[in-house]
Amino acid sequence: MLGKLSWAALPLDQPIPMIASGVVALAILGVLAFVTFKGWVPYLWREWITSVDHKRIGVMYIVLALVMLIRGFADAIMMRSQQAVAFHGAGYLAPEHYNQIFSAHGTIMIFFGAMPFIIGLMNFVVPLQLGDRDVAFPTLNSVSFWLTATGALLVNISLVIGEFARTGWLPYPPLSELKYSPGVGVDYYLWAIQISGVGTLLTGVNFVTTILKMRAPGMGYLRMPMFCWTALAANLLIVAAFPILTATLAMLSLDRYLGFHFFTNEGGGNVMMFMNLIWAWGHPEVYILVLPCFGIFSEVISTFSSKPLFGYRSMVAATLFICLVSFTVWLHHFFTMGAGPDVNAVFGIATSVIAVGTGVKIYNWMFTLYGGRIRFTTPMLWSLGFMVTFVIGGMTGVLLAIPPADFVLHNSMFLVAHFHNVIIGGVLFGVFAGYTYWFPKAFGFTLDEGWGKAAFWFTLVGFYVTFIPLYVAGLLGMTRRLQHYDVAGWKPWLTWAAIGTAVTAVGVICQVVQLVVSIRRRDALRDTTGDPWDGRSLEWSTASPPPAFNFAVLPNVEGEEAYWSLKQTAREQNRLREEPAYEDLEAPRNSPTGFVCAFFATVVGFALIWHIWWMAVIGLIGAYATFVVFAWRDTAEYRIPAAEVAKIDRANRSARQDALATYTGPRP
Amino acid sequence: MTAAVSGGDPHRIGHSQGHGGAASGRGEGGPAPNRIVVGYGFWLFLLSDIVMFSGFFAAYAVLAGQTAGGPTGRQIFDLNTVALETACLLASSFTCGLAILAVGARMKLKFYAAMATTFVFGAVFLGLELHEFAGLIARGDGPQRSAFLSAFFALVGCHGLHVTAGLLWLLTMMAQVFAKGFRRDVLNRMLCFSLFWHALDIIWVALFTVVYLIGGAA
Repeated sequence: MLGKLSWAALPLDQPIPMIASGVVALAILGVLAFVTFKGWVPYLWREWITSVDHKRIGVMYIVLALVMLIRGFADAIMMRSQQAVAFHGAGYLAPEHYNQIFSAHGTIMIFFGAMPFIIGLMNFVVPLQLGDRDVAFPTLNSVSFWLTATGALLVNISLVIGEFARTGWLPYPPLSELKYSPGVGVDYYLWAIQISGVGTLLTGVNFVTTILKMRAPGMGYLRMPMFCWTALAANLLIVAAFPILTATLAMLSLDRYLGFHFFTNEGGGNVMMFMNLIWAWGHPEVYILVLPCFGIFSEVISTFSSKPLFGYRSMVAATLFICLVSFTVWLHHFFTMGAGPDVNAVFGIATSVIAVGTGVKIYNWMFTLYGGRIRFTTPMLWSLGFMVTFVIGGMTGVLLAIPPADFVLHNSMFLVAHFHNVIIGGVLFGVFAGYTYWFPKAFGFTLDEGWGKAAFWFTLVGFYVTFIPLYVAGLLGMTRRLQHYDVAGWKPWLTWAAIGTAVTAVGVICQVVQLVVSIRRRDALRDTTGDPWDGRSLEWSTASPPPAFNFAVLPNVEGEEAYWSLKQTAREQNRLREEPAYEDLEAPRNSPTGFVCAFFATVVGFALIWHIWWMAVIGLIGAYATFVVFAWRDTAEYRIPAAEVAKIDRANRSARQDALATYTGPRP
Repeated sequence: MTAAVSGGDPHRIGHSQGHGGAASGRGEGGPAPNRIVVGYGFWLFLLSDIVMFSGFFAAYAVLAGQTAGGPTGRQIFDLNTVALETACLLASSFTCGLAILAVGARMKLKFYAAMATTFVFGAVFLGLELHEFAGLIARGDGPQRSAFLSAFFALVGCHGLHVTAGLLWLLTMMAQVFAKGFRRDVLNRMLCFSLFWHALDIIWVALFTVVYLIGGAA
């Protein structure tokens, strides 16, 4: 009746998972009880859970990401502290538990920390920058978000019921095959990633369509802000790469569930085919994460240098170059496979060549800074920290791209330090820059600068103190994923890494405090103008927070930096443009489709993990019924009367008028 | 214009020279009409679906020779059945095209007839495929037998699953036209359905060639 599920699935005999899961469960129940007690459920349901507004969905993505980043960081603290104490001893984490922790850490950080953060920022920003009212498929966007949340939920359920994979963040066979991983851990991984992967793919389809087909009048390709270009490249990569992940994980599932022989040792299966397929997705995935961050840095550096982005066209070319070449380097993840020197040389050269595209970007950012009136705000600090850190990470990457060096460093802590160097220095710094940069647009008040700068400095120093020692440990021969070790030479470096993690933890606390303090001081931090940073692209032309329809009339774009040129004209003539003629607008109605669909996806996923076949069938029928109900609805849109549009837009115009009247900066 | 001059970048290196006329690219007239957006988005989805199939094709290409002592393609493929399957699928694409013509002419009866015929052809295709699968499994040549058979069942079965989903969608569309008539969102969905159905044909052509023709001859 309940498949493999029984009371034995609860970790009653293991104190650490037991306590951890108990705390998480209590926290979730506490939040739910608090929200219910306060009577916020109807509001949340009406305004957020069923919302199809890209801005709301973007915010929900980022909330999910922030929670999951903290969850993943808790895993990191456990790993670093375990290795700091597990010299000549077992440490405090049992091997099978330690293996689950490093697997969960990687899975959560990439799929449910970094990805939702990036997608959340794209959701919030791209339609605003393009001068759009929403994405191409608003309800599908909600489905995407809730499917991602389903994946995150399944991974966290594994903490309480059953176990998580012990195979690393990519479940390499034959270890991940049924014979060597008979538990439900790998199945949790498979279904969590499959379900959230569908959500990500739909996001990719949605955003490529939005960017290519939904731009404001006059917004030609070479007038799009850099963030939109990088979002386009990232979403093209999603559309082209995520199906490979789906196919690969489907093959592994067939092996595990139906006895197929794709990756088994028996029956002619080919283990290395898994490595090839998974990295044919996995390497583009790296650029899916980092390209939008390059876009964020471009926006931030240009805005806070008070200059247009240097070399805009070369930046576009470099982005598309990286987008393309990212598909031709996957084999560098397993030079040691033994494909032969010629094959390894081709992939080694391709990998080095991709650094050229990144180099173009670094120089463009430096020349944007050159001669600018630089303001050292928190987003700018993250960007400058990125430029230094990412160059170091890029150079160790080029080192690893040399096959002979890679044979020595493969699977070592050097590799671990390298990819944390580029992912923390590139992706995390990027999303934090974007988070502080666009926060006032989303909520109408800026984040506290003091706590933001403290968070930056602690995170930056913590990063270096953690990972420079791990580079050294790797050079000293330490391999990754060790639960304990007997080499005295590694001990001091791992101790330093643990100290660095503690410093980073202070940075994390500063971020949380920053949010709390900013919310409490929101009246003092209020952004009344809608343009707190003297921005250059269209999102700064609407109010903060923007109205549901974003723009009262679609902006008519007349050049690069659409908003900057409008603003300069206004400053020149000392008056705003004529008030436009307002019309009734139609906006998509909210829909619970995404939430209901994700509910059934959770049911299907959980049922398949535990082999409860009848429940899986019910879940699938429910999901199908949800779509039919959605397809049968008669009114998809609601009308916003012209009078209301006018009222909202006039408030924005009057704020702009005041800002213009008090403007004291240079005039064109 | 003046923004660059005041910003300290007087030569605008790497930018288009001057404003207004220089930027080029499509979509300058504003957002595309709803039908274009829907069709375009669905095309992208189909492309991603084809990428997924290419994963299964690649796996099949790698594993086709790994028979582990079991049968080869030549020993198990019955090209007559496959020819019949192909004929059914191509015919169903033709009738699907007729259904779209009926939608264009807003003729409900012809629409139902064409869709029903499409359904029958699709169902016969699926029946033949299941018959082939059942026969192989009964002889002990199921997907567990060898890596070659695993890749074969997964690739062909994945296409079969798509046809199954398509049949369900087809019935849903007939019901929706019955309930709602040819309204705008229904027309958009019919456009997507026909794209989907024809895409299954394209994949079958590749599958027929790579699996049955090349495998049957080798």
